[in-house]
Amino acid sequence: MTQMKETPVTSTLTQNAASGGASVSLENLVRTYGKVRALDGLTLKIEPGEFMALLGPSGCGKTTALRVLAGFEQLDSGRVVVGGEDLSNVSAQKRDMGMVFQSYSLFPNLNVLNNVAFGLRMRKQSASKRRAKAGELLEMVGLSDQAGKYPHQMSGGQQQRVALARALAIEPRVLLLDEPLSALDAIVRAELRDQIRSLQQRLAITTVFVTHDQEEVLSMADRVCVMSRGHIEQVATPSELYARPVTAFVAQFVGISSRVPVDASGREVVIFGQRCPVRSGEGSSLSGPVDALLRPEDIAIAVDPEGKGFVTRKSFLGAVTRLVVQVGEISVRVDVRSDVGSEIELGTHVRPSIVARDVLIAPRKVDVLSDPATAS
Amino acid sequence: MAALGGVEGAGTLASLSEKSPALEEFSSGRAKKRRHFRWWRLIVMVLAGIYFLGPLYAGIKFSLEDIQGGFSLRAIESIPSSPGFSAAFALSMRITIVTVVVSALLMIPTAIYVHLRVPRMRRVLDFVTVLPIVIPPIVLIVGVLDASPLWVKSSPYLLSFMYVILAMPFVYRSLDAGLGAVDLKTLTEASRSLGGNWIKTLWRVVLPNLRPALMSALVLTLALALGEFTMASLDLWTTIPVWIYQFQNASNGHVQIAAAMVGLVGAIVLVTIIVSLDRSRSGRRKMSTK
Repeated sequence: MTQMKETPVTSTLTQNAASGGASVSLENLVRTYGKVRALDGLTLKIEPGEFMALLGPSGCGKTTALRVLAGFEQLDSGRVVVGGEDLSNVSAQKRDMGMVFQSYSLFPNLNVLNNVAFGLRMRKQSASKRRAKAGELLEMVGLSDQAGKYPHQMSGGQQQRVALARALAIEPRVLLLDEPLSALDAIVRAELRDQIRSLQQRLAITTVFVTHDQEEVLSMADRVCVMSRGHIEQVATPSELYARPVTAFVAQFVGISSRVPVDASGREVVIFGQRCPVRSGEGSSLSGPVDALLRPEDIAIAVDPEGKGFVTRKSFLGAVTRLVVQVGEISVRVDVRSDVGSEIELGTHVRPSIVARDVLIAPRKVDVLSDPATAS
Repeated sequence: MAALGGVEGAGTLASLSEKSPALEEFSSGRAKKRRHFRWWRLIVMVLAGIYFLGPLYAGIKFSLEDIQGGFSLRAIESIPSSPGFSAAFALSMRITIVTVVVSALLMIPTAIYVHLRVPRMRRVLDFVTVLPIVIPPIVLIVGVLDASPLWVKSSPYLLSFMYVILAMPFVYRSLDAGLGAVDLKTLTEASRSLGGNWIKTLWRVVLPNLRPALMSALVLTLALALGEFTMASLDLWTTIPVWIYQFQNASNGHVQIAAAMVGLVGAIVLVTIIVSLDRSRSGRRKMSTK
């Protein structure tokens, strides 16, 4: 694959970047399909130039939110405000939003140059201007030597880069990315992920990125909006989201968590005989039987023949090794450095302890995700 | 190991090249099978050729003969000057053009709308568009003539509208297949997000990507409109097929068959021109990428 060149972003694109992109405000969006509420009062503010990711499982409403923003879906109620302008009743073609789709969306009848220039043609720009601008954008995505090719002659990764150039050519107020990497193989996906982020930062364009891949989100976004059943669970930076999820859903959807049944009282729980403060969040005021949600790195172990836990499974993950430790009737996942992990055999007795400064609790339930044997 | 493999390998190759009796039997069996298969293929091709080309040959031969059975181009030469031919030809052309235009205006937006907005209606349309094949043309035209006011009946373009119905199964199926082959929803949304309104999206994105389907629909509609006899005859309009039938009764038959043959050749030439224009355009597009 041709590498994207770090060419200087010139002319109008830079001028646009200087403006910092447009702010986006989604206000109490409601969209229903029959009895299903795809968007259930969604409210979200996106700062100018920010890279916001909408993350969630299938059917959580993230794509609907993006399509509402693009103007492809009608709202039952709510407002879409971009750069201070209410676009709720503005048609898609007048919204100035560049969009890259999940499936390859290049026009098969046009070559790469004409695909990139399409939006400019719709804006009645002269042929010379169109050519110059399209050429500039193709250079930016490292495909200037492919200008005469047709979509069917290009790889999936190249097509998505052309689609990105095409979306940027119209100098959109907001760039919308609808799972643009999901159809690509792992290597191309990682490469394009970095390229998109780099380009977005150089142009400082407000970007909304829909995905269900948490790895993409954690590596690309300024902030992440985790969605479930049409509403927002949490909006936070990737590191905050991972380290301090505020709902059980987020804790289990982003990263890996083990559910440990405990009793809560006075904003404290006792886990493995150790008192731990409860983290502020969805269930912080709960008392009585609850589940503590623990990240693998929240737990430390020490090899101890008298320890209550023993290792039942071991997975080498590179720098760390993930162990499944059975303590009584519960099992938890624990990450240890691989040089340490390599010396721990299955069946080794260990003493687990909590190293997190506080823990998230949630109403007690039996959840398949809490079982390390079934969770990924 | 390598030496052993080499010696053994050579032996194996040598024994294979000598051809064992079993291998020979196997090879001859395959050859026989191949010969057997080729014969069948040839027979089927000859039979199909006779079936399709026999009547054509007979027609051409008859149209190139004079009354005594000798070769003559007189029948073909006399077509243009034959009474009523020019008027029938002009009428057929007018009706065909209107048929093609109405069919395109009606079916293209309908097929696109159904694919984009109400895909569940595709099943209904599949059923509805088969009806003109199931209902005989004679039933359709008799019903329409009976129900139509005089000013409708007196217009030859009533036939165009009837032909649109007759062509509907072929046109809709061509378009349906073409639309099914492209990701219409994504392409139209991409165009709209880039500032294209519906008309520009249709013109610059949808129709160019439907060209093979449109060509197929056009050719089928042309063939149907130029060759239809029953409705035109019952509606008392002398189109080319009706003229051929009527002129048969007023001539020795040579001119009539010659006209039919010229019409057939003309249709083949027309279809070839349309298809090759389309191919050369696609070819230029592909060449330009090199």
